[in-house]
Amino acid sequence: MTTCCARRGLGAVLAGGALLLTGLVQAEDSTQDAIAEYRAMFGDDNPAELWQARGEVLWRAPRGPKKVSLQACDLGLGAGVIDGAYAQLPRWFDDTGQVQDLESRLVSCVTTLQGIPREQFLKVKFGDGDQQSDLEALTAYVVAASRGKPIVLPLRHPAEQAAYALGKAVFRYRAGPHDFACATCHADAGKRIRLQELPQLTTAAGAREAYTHWPAYRISQGELRTMEWRLQDCFRQQRLPQLKFGSEVAIGLTMFLAKTAEGGTLAAPGIKR
Amino acid sequence: MKVTGMTLVRARWLLLAALCATAPLTLADDASPDVGAAMRRSFEAKHQAGMERLNQDDVQALCTRYTPASLPPAAAALIQQASLASVKPPAAGQYLGDYRRGEQIAQTGTGLQSSDDPAKPNGGNCYACHQLAASELAYGTIGPSLQRYGKLRGQSPAMLEAAWRKLYNPQADVPCSNMPRFGHQKILNEQQLKDLMAFLFDPASPVNQ
Repeated sequence: MTTCCARRGLGAVLAGGALLLTGLVQAEDSTQDAIAEYRAMFGDDNPAELWQARGEVLWRAPRGPKKVSLQACDLGLGAGVIDGAYAQLPRWFDDTGQVQDLESRLVSCVTTLQGIPREQFLKVKFGDGDQQSDLEALTAYVVAASRGKPIVLPLRHPAEQAAYALGKAVFRYRAGPHDFACATCHADAGKRIRLQELPQLTTAAGAREAYTHWPAYRISQGELRTMEWRLQDCFRQQRLPQLKFGSEVAIGLTMFLAKTAEGGTLAAPGIKR
Repeated sequence: MKVTGMTLVRARWLLLAALCATAPLTLADDASPDVGAAMRRSFEAKHQAGMERLNQDDVQALCTRYTPASLPPAAAALIQQASLASVKPPAAGQYLGDYRRGEQIAQTGTGLQSSDDPAKPNGGNCYACHQLAASELAYGTIGPSLQRYGKLRGQSPAMLEAAWRKLYNPQADVPCSNMPRFGHQKILNEQQLKDLMAFLFDPASPVNQ
C-alpha cells in the first residue's frame, strides 16, 4: 500500500516537472540538458526506487502454489546471488539449455521455483496506470544490485557467441514499409530524431551510454521500463510486427548491445525522458 | 543498355552473375546466421503490422548486407536502375500541391505502426530527420537540412523531377539511402507527395522564408 500512495504523491511532483519539460520543444538546447536538469530536481532520488522496493518484497516473499521465495533463484552467480548478477547477463544456463536475459531468467525462476504459470506471470509484462507489472518490479530490484559494477561478458559458450552474432546481424536487418533497421538511427555518431539525441550503438562509448542506464524510469510514461520493453518499442517504430518476449532476437540484440558496452559501469535503473 | 522496364528480380540474377564473375559472392552468406528465419520466429502480427513486413525485397536484402560505402558498384548500379524505373510521375505533370497540407504531412510522425489507426492518413515525418522551415526548431539530423529548398533551386522541370524522384524512391539516386521510399512503398499517395513538393518549392512555404 505504501508503494501505491508514495507513487501517487510522486505523480504530483512529476506533473510539476512536466512543465519544465515543455520548454524542451521550444528550446534548441539539447534534450539531454533538460533531462539532466530534471534529474537534478530529484537529487539522489529516482522514482525507480518504488519499483525496486516492490521487487524486493516480491523476491523475498513466499509466493505461488509452491509457497517459496525467489531466494533460491540462480541468476548466473549461484542460488540467491543478486549482487553483480545483472552485469553478467545475458548468459547461457545449463538448466534451461538457453541463453537468457534477466527478464527471461526471472520468468524461469518464477515458473519453476514458485510454480506460477508463465501466462499468469506475464499477463502484465509492461505495466500501465491500471496494472502493475511484477516482472518490471523484480527486474528493477535485481538490476539495482549491479549499480557501479562493470559489464563482463566473456561469451565462452558457443550459444552465447551465436546470440551475439544474431543480434549483430539483426541490427542491420532492413525491412517493413519504411526500410528501417536499428542501424538506420543508431549506426552513426551525433545524430538526432527531432531533438532526441541518438546513441551510436555500434561503438563502445555509445553502447555504454545507452545500455548502462537501462532499465529506466521513463518520465513521459511514469513507468519503469525494461530492456525488453525498449527493444519491442523500437521495432514498433520501425513499423515491424510485435517482438515476442524472450525471443531469440530479443536476447540476441540484448547480447549484442551488452557485449558492445562491455567494460561500462552500470548505473541502472536510470531516468529517461 | 536499356533497363527502364527491368524488374529488380531480373536485376538480381544479373547482379549475381556479375558478382560471381569476379568473386565468390552470393546474396546468402553461409557464415552469418539465418536472420530472416530468426526474425520470423521472434515476431508476431499485431494489428496492421503483419508478419509479411519481415520479408525483405531485393533492395532491403542488399542494403542489409552492404552499407552505401561497401556496396559493390555493380549492385549499386542495378539498385539505381531498377529504382529509377519504379518512379511514377504525377498525373498531367502537375508536381505541386498545397504547401499547407504538405507542412502537416511533414510534421506528422504516425502511420503504419502497429499502434496507429489505419483509417488515418500516414504522415511523412520529415522533421524526424530533416531541417525544413526555419521556424521549426525540433528537427532531426539523420538527413541533410532542406531549409530554403525551393528558394535555392528554383522550379525548373529538372529540379521538380529530381525532388519527386527523391520522395518517390530515393534508392534511384542514393543506393542504400536511409530514407524511406515514400511513393514506391505506398507510404504516401500521389496527392500527399504533391503537397510535400509544394512545401519544398512554393515561394510562400515556410521552408523558403
